Amino acid sequence: MELYQLPAHELHEKLLAGEVSAVEITEAVYDRIEEVEDNVQAYLNLMKEEAIEQAKKVDQKLADGEDINPLAGIPVALKDNLSTEGIETTCASKILEGYQPPYNATVVEKLAAEDVVMTGKTNMDEFAMGSSTENSGIKNTYNPWDINRVPGGSSGGSAAAVAAGEATIALGSDTGGSIRQPAAFCGVVGMKPTYGLVSRYGLVAFASSLDQIGPFAKDVTDCALALNYIAGHDEMDSTSVDREIPDYTANLDGDISGMKIGVPEEYFGEGIDDEVKESVWNAIEQLEELGAEYEEVSLPHTDYGLSAYYLIAPAEASSNLARYDGVRYGHRSNQANGLIEMFKKTRQEGFGDEVKRRIMLGTYALSSGYYDAYYKKAQKVRTLIKEDFDEAFAEYDILISPTTPTTAFEIGDKSNDPLQMYLSDICTIPVNLAGLPALSMPCGVDSNDLPIGLQIIGDHFAEEKILQVAYALEQATDLDAELEL
Amino acid sequence: MLEDYEITIGLEVHAQLATNTKIFCGCKNEFGAEPNTHTCPVCLGLPGTLPVLNEQAVEYIIKAGLALDCEIATFSKFDRKNYFYPDLPKAYQISQFDLPFCEAGEIDIQVDDEDHEIGITRIHLEEDAGKLTHAGDISNADSSLVDYNRVGTPLIEIVSEPDMKSPQQAVAYLKKLKSILEYIGVSDCEMSEGSLRADANLSIAPNGSEELGTKTELKNMNSFKAIEKALTYEAKRQEKLLDKGEEIVQGTRTWDDEAGKTLALREKEEAHDYRYFPEPDLVPVIVKDSWIKGIKNTIPALPDERKEQYVEEFGIPEYDAEVITADRELADFFEAVVAKFDDAKEVSNWVMGEFSRLLNENEVTPANVEFAPADLAKLLEMKEEDVISSKIAKKVFEKMFNTGQDPETIVEEEGLKQISDSSELEEIVEGVLEDNQSAVEDYKGGNKNVIGFFVGQTMQATQGKANPQKVKELLREKLEE
Amino acid sequence: MKLDQETVERVAHLARLEIDEEEKETFTHQLSDILDHAEKLNELDTEDVEPMAHATDVNNVLRSDDVKESLDQDEAVANAPDEEEGMFKVPQIVE
Repeated sequence: MELYQLPAHELHEKLLAGEVSAVEITEAVYDRIEEVEDNVQAYLNLMKEEAIEQAKKVDQKLADGEDINPLAGIPVALKDNLSTEGIETTCASKILEGYQPPYNATVVEKLAAEDVVMTGKTNMDEFAMGSSTENSGIKNTYNPWDINRVPGGSSGGSAAAVAAGEATIALGSDTGGSIRQPAAFCGVVGMKPTYGLVSRYGLVAFASSLDQIGPFAKDVTDCALALNYIAGHDEMDSTSVDREIPDYTANLDGDISGMKIGVPEEYFGEGIDDEVKESVWNAIEQLEELGAEYEEVSLPHTDYGLSAYYLIAPAEASSNLARYDGVRYGHRSNQANGLIEMFKKTRQEGFGDEVKRRIMLGTYALSSGYYDAYYKKAQKVRTLIKEDFDEAFAEYDILISPTTPTTAFEIGDKSNDPLQMYLSDICTIPVNLAGLPALSMPCGVDSNDLPIGLQIIGDHFAEEKILQVAYALEQATDLDAELEL
Repeated sequence: MLEDYEITIGLEVHAQLATNTKIFCGCKNEFGAEPNTHTCPVCLGLPGTLPVLNEQAVEYIIKAGLALDCEIATFSKFDRKNYFYPDLPKAYQISQFDLPFCEAGEIDIQVDDEDHEIGITRIHLEEDAGKLTHAGDISNADSSLVDYNRVGTPLIEIVSEPDMKSPQQAVAYLKKLKSILEYIGVSDCEMSEGSLRADANLSIAPNGSEELGTKTELKNMNSFKAIEKALTYEAKRQEKLLDKGEEIVQGTRTWDDEAGKTLALREKEEAHDYRYFPEPDLVPVIVKDSWIKGIKNTIPALPDERKEQYVEEFGIPEYDAEVITADRELADFFEAVVAKFDDAKEVSNWVMGEFSRLLNENEVTPANVEFAPADLAKLLEMKEEDVISSKIAKKVFEKMFNTGQDPETIVEEEGLKQISDSSELEEIVEGVLEDNQSAVEDYKGGNKNVIGFFVGQTMQATQGKANPQKVKELLREKLEE
Repeated sequence: MKLDQETVERVAHLARLEIDEEEKETFTHQLSDILDHAEKLNELDTEDVEPMAHATDVNNVLRSDDVKESLDQDEAVANAPDEEEGMFKVPQIVE
């Protein structure tokens, strides 16, 4: 195996054993980037110089006999909606072109404190609005399993980077499935933690009550490891929860005997591809063989999730994105006469179609006379969806479903039909509405040799249980397929 | 004020809270710094930043609510008010929509010896916006400059019921409100610096009418005087329109102080579709009784309570008590003097007279004067004991005020002691009579009023140091001889 | 729920977005579709349901009133498209 293919926990052992240096690891990853980036287009911005410097520091620590952290010297990519001090942060939007934040996101600070090597900023759907990364205002990213297909979105760049070996771990953000869906499409592990577990400070907001940062990794152990270092209370984020953070790698022993699994029937309904269903059911049966019990369960309000989400998220977004007005940073139209025209033209030139569409939708849903019918109604349905989950978790330890209705679709397939595109998030959206943690991992491949994603959903702060089950399944699964690259 | 109509006025008052830092970040809450030097990623609304609520701001609004007899909400939350303007970096203001911290309070005012109770609908907490200045002349400026130092200053908005029936009542309400907020120390209420700002709603309706008339909203009134003038102007303007059978146009008007007029502001087409929704970045605040109790304990005696005490304990007239207690610093000063000099009425005369005059002229507040209250007590004592005349006392006081020197030193150094010694005065009086023989003739001829002239001449000759009582006695003696 | 173009125009103005004729048409059509889909929510009786604004039940997150360091003036305006005397410069506000 090449260095760029190895998971972080194996690289860490090699570092400790002196078999490899951090600089070698970093260079291996940049060589890989050199090799495949033309086809994948995962990154918007590379930070090679800083990365090599950081790797040298780790090597120096090792040379001095100092202890290093498990993520020290590990190449980690950052979604471009994470604020990085002095480094352009654009959310793949023209409106933020040239914007260099004067501060780091809390997760970035945390990784820096661990001596992580940050490789660069990854491509995404503009302001995280999309499910294919085709809404990037800068460029498309391509699925490493089939470069005619999308990597998923919105964290498509991060997912593709990890899948292609252009980063060992990556951070993304998940508002309606933006980590899990691309993880499924790209055949990697991706986790959306419980809302409030990871600080949102420095994550450029899309829909504040739904957004959450999480990791992409090559395996479950790395996912747990990354979570160890990004989770935790932050006084800069009022919605971050103040609680003890366990060692998420501690229970990864494959023992899931007695675990009660719920299989929500609504997640296997119409619109879910047969190959996907079959693959997920196979995995569930495998888990049964490993000692878990499963039962079908109903989450009756599931079907309403998508509609509620497409009112709540755009409403919050319309407000969150109002600050891009050309006054303080980013793009300003030079075609304008007077203030109001400056606002309007700046936003017209700076935002892409999907962003405009959602701003329009959200503005409408909040506007006078429609608030109760749309926004408030959606918030009430949100309560019903959460209550479905509460009932299920009174009975079951975890829930298992497909992550996406289909495997990765072809570029251009859905880009002209917003509603069709939105439907690719039906299995992931309810989790965000309820604020729950969930993980997507590969459970097989379809007839096109494209990875199929399985979703494990847990109760609030049940990340340990999710990882425990994921690890057991990972040990029992062998993805019999290869990247197209 | 108007013959055929009844006026109805409601006020919306914004007061900046005197916290150390802004409402949602640790930047200094301070007036007058260099532009954009009290800003950070949070108050500049940079992408990805989040607000964290300042505990002191919450305590201050609860304190204000308690002092204004409000009910304090046990559950309160924040909402976003969305609108675009360059002084608003996030393009929304974090404010409170349906669950403010305080509701249903009141303020008692007195106008023309009548008591009125003015209801307070609600008090909510929100953030202030930045400051725009126009490059060059506003009428032909092609650009504006934005300074975000003020952005995020905690504000409380105090909304009154439409309970005021005259501009005078509105001013009395505002003065009382200002005085209470100053008393409890939550705001410094500097109208000139914009830390207390009032907008008014005014309508008129025919006497006896059940329904209110169409109201206009008045803005940009930067002093009590401006408020009284603007409201008076607006009431009369509406009266004229109604008398002519015309309709009042609902809308916002701005007060032009120089022209002495209210002018219609052009309305934006979509006026007030603020698209309020719950602020997802802040969590609710639950206010427990124990918290309220703790805050209650920090509230000092308020103006009304203090006023009553002044009348009862110090025996000063109600009017004096009202004037002095309206300003907490002035009241504190008064009490400090009275503690050392027990003729409270005399102290009140000085505090309301000379002292207030000098404060105004020098634009200082009672807490910031150069001399100690004990020095004024000493001065009054010297006057009472006839060590100095009352004329000299005023002179000494002015010097104390300007230099901070104590009165005894001033009197000593400048030789201002009153001349009460008869032999010394006799000599001077004789000199005055000698120099004014014709006036002496007048007096002897029956014009007794001339004695005032002689007193004046004598005082002049002694530079005011002569004891006027003694001088008069001596003059009579001499002239009747 | 069919949106008319006039509503789309009004919303675009509220959101300070300039949209051309073509976009007006597409948005009218696409937003109508999405809102049609949202009509589905009306199948549910939510009369007695509390709206959910937050995904966690955290309350009373308060910060002590301590001064923290601010940015320097040049850092504050570093990203400004137009700047003068340490302030952000914007086109005339008077319309």
